[in-house]
Amino acid sequence: MELPKNWRLRKQRYSMVGEICEKCGARIFPPRDVCPECSKPAATPYTFSGKGTVYSYATVFQAPKGFEEYVPYTVAMVKLEEGPMVAAQLTDVDHDEVKIGMPVEMVTRKLYEEGEEGLIVYGYKFRPRIHKSN
Amino acid sequence: MGERRLLKPERQVGITGYGAYIPRYRLPASEIARIWAGGAVGLPVKEKAVPGLDEDAATIAIEAARNALARAGIEPGLIRAVWVGSESHPYAVKPTGTIVAEAIGATPHIQAADWEFACKAGTEAFQAAIAFVGSGMADYAMAIGADTAQGRPGDALEYTAAAGGAAYILGPAEESLAIVEASYSFVTDTPDFFRRPYQHYPQHGARFTGEPAYFRHILTAAQTLMEELGYTPADYAYAVFHQPNLKFPQTAAKKLGFTPDQIKDGLLVDEIGNTYAGSSLLGLTAVLDVAQPGDRILLVSFGSGAGSDAFSLIATEELPKRRNLAPFTRQYIQRRKEVDYGLYVRYRRKLEMH
Repeated sequence: MELPKNWRLRKQRYSMVGEICEKCGARIFPPRDVCPECSKPAATPYTFSGKGTVYSYATVFQAPKGFEEYVPYTVAMVKLEEGPMVAAQLTDVDHDEVKIGMPVEMVTRKLYEEGEEGLIVYGYKFRPRIHKSN
Repeated sequence: MGERRLLKPERQVGITGYGAYIPRYRLPASEIARIWAGGAVGLPVKEKAVPGLDEDAATIAIEAARNALARAGIEPGLIRAVWVGSESHPYAVKPTGTIVAEAIGATPHIQAADWEFACKAGTEAFQAAIAFVGSGMADYAMAIGADTAQGRPGDALEYTAAAGGAAYILGPAEESLAIVEASYSFVTDTPDFFRRPYQHYPQHGARFTGEPAYFRHILTAAQTLMEELGYTPADYAYAVFHQPNLKFPQTAAKKLGFTPDQIKDGLLVDEIGNTYAGSSLLGLTAVLDVAQPGDRILLVSFGSGAGSDAFSLIATEELPKRRNLAPFTRQYIQRRKEVDYGLYVRYRRKLEMH
């Protein structure tokens, strides 16, 4: 059971709440309280738009423990519109449809379950964008 | 007596934001018939929406809620209640409402709770949200109906039990996309459909689910609301009924005097199945996607057990200005990936390993 860890991470996992550096304006994800650009303290919360593009990806056929039932699934490096790069699962897409440069958007989905009796852990994944006006 | 039957708040309330969500996967009813009936049965719908492995009522509610927030254009912190109606809450004990409220950034100065009343759990929350705003206790309250319904393999319900949801933000009438004129609820103890604790699949009364359950409650609720408001079906541009299959809402509409044209935009069951607590509320999101200012809309839910909530709404000038701020219900319906019965069994965890 990892209740405290999952609880601490809920805002960044559910809705991509990171930080913004008040000194240089860099948007930071995941939050780390120090700006990776200018090394100044940065702890102001900033909610990311969740929009990005696929920078690179790989499809998993031999999954680690806890993710077996999702096979095959694609993990991508997603370049967020605000700058940072995040690693996340893609969802609602067949693995042979994924392309580098593909526009994606964040959705909150089940990441895994801690067995049949344990916590259901939710977090961000990315899928092909739906809304035409975006 | 007449005055006392209508539900009408002191302060006028409306829908300030709405959002839909329907999963990507579809199981054609012909696939279920192929497996269980040799293909030789009449089909209640064309196909139904099936959730992905990483989806449940909470994730469905979250996306619908984000779409509602985008249309409302308000800070999530202004919402004072997130109420989720479902019969497939992910936990037996732990509210879905807290997960949704946290994910949309509405915590912590908030009420969050789960509602249950079979397929009308969402409109039950919608009624309460009208009262919460109408009393002045809150400026905004969110009501959601979302489900990942399960039918026993081979049972009649398997053809229709589907996944989807819709979220509504109720707020002051002057900011709203559609004003709630009045509502009315009609409830009796009718054992047409139920599920005991720890049971995975529900029991239902087959034909008993029709006349004494669906039709009695839907028709009485709709007729009472229209009579007390002094309206007839001709006053409505659109009507949306709970849709457990294609035939029931079509028959209810005909009995009440609505034309097929008045119900066609909100009748989604043939393409997505019965999304339970999401069913009538998704019909309404589809209507709000196309309605024009001044159009009057009738919404009537049905929940087994049994009861119906009926609402009379009028679209405002704001609706066409703000509906483009989130995906339309039809966009989710068109985002369609067909699965066969084998994949469905895997996605819905119906496969037992021995």
